[in-house]
Parts: sequence; structure tokens; C-alpha cells
Amino acid sequence: MKATINITLKSGVLDPQGKAIENALGQLGFSGVNGVRQGKLIEIDLSESDAAKAEASLTDMCEQLLANTVIENYDIQLDKSE
Amino acid sequence: MQAAVIVFPGSNCDRDVAVCLEAATGTPPLMAWHGDATLPDCDLIVLPGGFSYGDYLRCGSMAANSPIMREVVAQAHKGAAVLGICNGFQVLTECGLLPGVLMRNTGLNFVCRDTRLNVRNAQNAFTHQYQQDEEIIIPVAHNEGNYFADEATLASLQDNQQIAFTYGAGDNPNGACLDIAGITDKSGKILGMMPHPERRAEAALGGEDGKRLFTGIVESLA
Repeated sequence: MKATINITLKSGVLDPQGKAIENALGQLGFSGVNGVRQGKLIEIDLSESDAAKAEASLTDMCEQLLANTVIENYDIQLDKSE
Repeated sequence: MQAAVIVFPGSNCDRDVAVCLEAATGTPPLMAWHGDATLPDCDLIVLPGGFSYGDYLRCGSMAANSPIMREVVAQAHKGAAVLGICNGFQVLTECGLLPGVLMRNTGLNFVCRDTRLNVRNAQNAFTHQYQQDEEIIIPVAHNEGNYFADEATLASLQDNQQIAFTYGAGDNPNGACLDIAGITDKSGKILGMMPHPERRAEAALGGEDGKRLFTGIVESLA
């Protein structure tokens, strides 16, 4: 089973990289960009076939390693098609 | 006393800090490899600066989950003193021994220069050889030194005198909340700091302001 995990900065946490990207977009002439936040996308291939167990295991992975919950949120998407 | 320096793949200040520890204790510290699952009982454990595991995922996050860190956390809970410098500070926040997190510098640049620091708590196990509010000069060298924590955590750090060092007025190199350069746990025996005291610990390095941190902790543990 494949999973995609999106890790994003919590609102209120300053994102200097997002700010730099926003400025660069403005310099390239893209107008109307009101804000940019940069995050991470992690793809995981699991041998687990039970969706509930996979989700529980992925949540543990996020809490223990993949995200730092002081500043980051995570969102787990399971691809159950396989 | 038994001191140890933990060496991760990518650590690059481990030998510098070992020199400072040997100068303060008279014996070379134990150098412990990150993959070791055991660590002899230590009075002081140092997590050195560097780029452990190439800063993959988040600075310090992989090191915080390495086999030796279970031992370090267990010994810290039993009362061993722990010092994390730069990347070591990042590891201490990632493994939960210290609150908060070190984020990317607000200027997006790696900053490597001397900084003026003020000693905000000169009474803990590490800082007692300094004067309260004394200004010292210690260099920084980092890309992720921007200390961040939520309002409640910052208030608790202030209330419990856990802020050991702040950057001098107008000299904050990274945008850190409250100009924080170094914090301790509530006991004052676990210290994390972004500046490198080992890089200014003898006259040949341009100054000795960092030396009292090492002689101070050794005196506390004697």
C-alpha cells in the first residue's frame, strides 16, 4: 500500500523560505501571489494491506520522526487502489 | 569524572570539544559512536556541532533517533549533565530533552561570525563561573539557529530561569525568539546553545570566553 504524507508548517510559524519564494515570484513578474508556504512531501511504500493498521503505523511514524509537531502539521493520504 | 563526546556521521566539532574537556578534566573524554547501543555511565555527555546525518529531514532529527541517543536520554533522566552545541542543541530539541525547535535563520544565510552574548542565568551547573548579565564573545556558525517555541513555552522558560544566554542587543544573527542563544532544562543540567564555546576557549583562538563553561561544569560535577 502506498501513502503520501504532506508536512506543512503550522500557521503563525514564520517560513523564511516561503517568503523568499514569494519575493522571487514577484521579481519574475507573477503578480497576485498573496502568500507562499513551503512544506515537504514524503512517499512511503508499505507492505501492510490493512488500511486501518497502515494509517496507525503512519501516524506513529509522523509523531516519532517525520514531522516535528512543535512547528509542523502532517496529513496522511493512503492510496488503497493497489 | 567521566565525560563523553557523542560522534555522529557528520559531526565536525567533536575533536575541538574533546580538547576543551581534556583541558578542564585532565583526561581525554570517551568518544562514543552514534551506532553504539550502550554507553558507560557518564557524568557529562556532549553532543558536538556539525551536520549529523547531513541534516537530512530536519537538522538533528536523524541523530535524535540514533541508537546511542536512547542511552543519552536515559542517563540524562538519571541526572547526567548534557551539553549540546549547535547541531547538538538541535538534537536535544528533537529528542525532547529541551523544548522548542531550531528553525532556518530568518536571513536564509549561513551565519559564521563572533556574536556578543549576555549570560542571563549565571547560577546553573554550566554558567556559574560567569557573572550575571556578563557580556561575552562566542562565535556562531549555523544555518538553522532560529529558536522558536510557542508563547506558553517561552513564558515557562522565562519563569524558570531556563534562558542561559541571549544574543547582545542588535546582534541576533538568526531571528531567534527573545534573542535566545542557549537554554537549559528546569534542573539547569541540560544545556543547549547555538554559539560554539569550544571555538573560543584558549588565547590562540582569539579569546577565552568559552573556557569557563567547561571548567564550570567540571567544577559542578567534581
